[in-house]
Amino acid sequence: MNDSLKHLPQVGDVIAEREKVEAGFRDLHPPLTQRQAIIESQRCLYCHDAPCIEACPSDIDIPRFIREISEDNINGAAQTILEENILGGSCARVCPTEILCEQHCVRNHHAECQPVLIGRLQRYAIDHMHFAQHPFVRSADSGRHVAVVGAGPAGLSCAHRLATHGHRVTLYEARHKPGGLNEYGIARYKLVDDYAQKEIDFLLAIGGIEIRYGQRLGDNLDLDTLERHHDAVFLGLGLGDNRRLGLDDENAPGVATPGLLPATDYIRELRQSDDLLQLPLARRCVVIGAGNTAVDMAVQMARLGAEAVTLVYRRGVEAMAATAHEQEIARANGVRILTWARPEQVLLDHTGRLAGMRFERTELRDGNLAGTGETFEIGADAVFSAIGQCFDDHSLAEAGELARELGRIRVDGHFRTTRQGVYAGGDCIAPGEDLTVQAVQHGKLAAEAIHQDLMAQQEVA
Amino acid sequence: MKAPTRQLDVDLAIEFAGIRSPNPFWLASAPPTDKAYNVERAFAAGWGGVVWKTLGEDPPAVNVSSRYSAHFGHNRDVLGFNNIELITDRPLETNLREISEVKQRWPDRALIVSLMVPCVEESWRAILPRVEATGADGIELNLGCPHGMPERGMGAAVGQNPDLIEQVTRWCKTHSRLPVIVKLTPNITDIRAASRAAKLGGADAVSLINTVNSITSVDLDRMIARPIVGHQSTHGGYCGAAVKPIALNMVAEIARDPQSAGLPICGIGGISSWQDAAEFVALGAGAVQVCTAAMLHGFRIVEELQDGLARWMVSKGYRRLADVTGRAVDNTTDWKHLDMNFQTIAHIDQQQCIQCGRCYIACEDTSHQSIAKLAEEDGTRRYEIIEAACVGCNLCQITCPVEGCISMVPQSTGKPFMSWDEDPRNPFRELA
Repeated sequence: MNDSLKHLPQVGDVIAEREKVEAGFRDLHPPLTQRQAIIESQRCLYCHDAPCIEACPSDIDIPRFIREISEDNINGAAQTILEENILGGSCARVCPTEILCEQHCVRNHHAECQPVLIGRLQRYAIDHMHFAQHPFVRSADSGRHVAVVGAGPAGLSCAHRLATHGHRVTLYEARHKPGGLNEYGIARYKLVDDYAQKEIDFLLAIGGIEIRYGQRLGDNLDLDTLERHHDAVFLGLGLGDNRRLGLDDENAPGVATPGLLPATDYIRELRQSDDLLQLPLARRCVVIGAGNTAVDMAVQMARLGAEAVTLVYRRGVEAMAATAHEQEIARANGVRILTWARPEQVLLDHTGRLAGMRFERTELRDGNLAGTGETFEIGADAVFSAIGQCFDDHSLAEAGELARELGRIRVDGHFRTTRQGVYAGGDCIAPGEDLTVQAVQHGKLAAEAIHQDLMAQQEVA
Repeated sequence: MKAPTRQLDVDLAIEFAGIRSPNPFWLASAPPTDKAYNVERAFAAGWGGVVWKTLGEDPPAVNVSSRYSAHFGHNRDVLGFNNIELITDRPLETNLREISEVKQRWPDRALIVSLMVPCVEESWRAILPRVEATGADGIELNLGCPHGMPERGMGAAVGQNPDLIEQVTRWCKTHSRLPVIVKLTPNITDIRAASRAAKLGGADAVSLINTVNSITSVDLDRMIARPIVGHQSTHGGYCGAAVKPIALNMVAEIARDPQSAGLPICGIGGISSWQDAAEFVALGAGAVQVCTAAMLHGFRIVEELQDGLARWMVSKGYRRLADVTGRAVDNTTDWKHLDMNFQTIAHIDQQQCIQCGRCYIACEDTSHQSIAKLAEEDGTRRYEIIEAACVGCNLCQITCPVEGCISMVPQSTGKPFMSWDEDPRNPFRELA
């Protein structure tokens, strides 16, 4: 990334007050105090067959853990959460609860219009748990060894559940830290204080899980070898590639247009940065896209000190993938949301650096998106594309017999791929919805399927 | 500076057992009425009367440190309150002087003096003239204090013995011209025995309830009940909102007891709102006393008590409290006189229902399986009453978090009124 933005000033060159910048990257939603948690927990109606549970992709018994908080049984509440979702702490922070559990809270009804703050209560329980002994135990060693590829939420969840069943797990991770999107892809103010790593330390305390870093499928790792050395393989690969704008002068592989890059690259750098003031600052910044990543990018650049941040989307706000809550955060941070326009051409200055972008106005014509022919230009120091990520086929180029669906890996109802003994879950499979909590659920259920299948094999043998 | 408002066409002033008061709200004998400073603040706030904290013989009582504890709701709302405080711990002379001064300064307010002395006539004969000399409007006999004093043969030790109630009451009527209100303890099996005894002794009125024997909670780390004195605890007197239902029943029991007919009742027990007060009055009270609510919120609550009660009375066409007193007594009866043919059935207003399922699981697990859980096509749920199975128990309505969503609808059965005495299913009908 640095190559692409190294011509830009650093944040510290423009903004003198370190404190001001750092303040913008502290907890977006400060944790509940004990008093707030108790009051909020009292609002839960302890519904029967609660709609919030149905809306939670990871099946957490929400009324139960909230009642446990209200009775000051914090460890009980934490265990209720963790036994369904071992990454319940980060999910509490990054889940779009406004479209999941909290949207389905019965206290949303018109007389009240204010759901129980389930996400923040979940965080309270996990933040305040204190176990004298690790709450999960490993079954006796099964003698089986499973490979889990990708130490993101899906892979970590799968590894943990496999470990509880007594299987040995080796996690193969391409990067140098575990966590996946929690470590590299979430807006900095949503997961602060190295929380992703602390949570993983807790998860790994179950034992029986080894992580090997710098192991990238398709480069120094291949499926055949993994299958030979393990009793089963779980693929939690995530989405390794970014969709391209499809414009002239857009970065071809190996050719960078200074000032034009995927938002995920910048966010990764921002998350890993020890010194925010050394980050490149795009004083005039354009973000193309309409999802939560686009909003994360726009808001973070605004908080770093950008003067003008514009988010451009080819359709109307009602079609934006970013939740209403996220859009509100964007507006509150001064991000201008410009709809019904699509990128037409990258504008370069005489040195070949990005100087802005030309957009064409769009409209719906017979239900289809069409350009109106009218164009306008926005001057920018950098343009970040956040129009979605996609599965990086390179990683499985050699694994021909692994069927795909909608550009991702096809699995059955038990997360089995078309290749015997190979399972997959998280964003890399076809029904993936790009939600951390769903990846955790996939990993958990895939682990159960792997366990069942391994036990069945044992019986046959 | 507030704008002048229209005067409500209602008169809250009362005359209770010969005692006049500008409104029916009195502070009960308790810490808030222990000395002139508090009582004058109460009068300034608008209280119609006070019952001065119980006087006894010198030397004054001595109190322990740590005196109150509470039964909390999950949100630290105080459901019930408990105290182990004794009667006044100030010299008799000091109290009498202050009572006299306060009465002179606030002549329009009711000032009643609570008394507790040993159960011998001489003690009562000695103290009564001194109280009368202060100009106080009446006396209240503390025959109910459940902690500390009974161990010395006073308080509830007297109030639990109808013969002693009658005796002490008669002494007071003999040796004083002041109206005598007998305060009753709820820590007995039948409150009517106490009120009948008071009436026989010549009491001008009864007031009830005094506090209920209680332990509010236990410190599970130290294994000591609360309130904690050092490393110990003792049972105390329970009051506050949680005792209201107990008090209402006891007031009603006396109000509908022919043997206590005509005996004025001052209602006490968990009154925190004008509705609570109106309920006591409806069940027979001619005045009410408040303590815990004032201790939790301060004296200014009397403004809302008066205003709420007055507006409600206007809305119902009542001009004075006496119009309300006892209105609900005739509708309170023994179980056997209830209509066996009455049938009510729950109805769920689907527009208001928030689909929490609380009514369903309550009925399904613990009652009559009279609520069906249906899934709509759009995935939302719908709860409906199975009318044929509903016995009209009210549980669903009680557990519903949305007030007004579940209503109990009386059914027209076409059957006449039939009491249990008339019911052919009553095996003892012939005897009745």
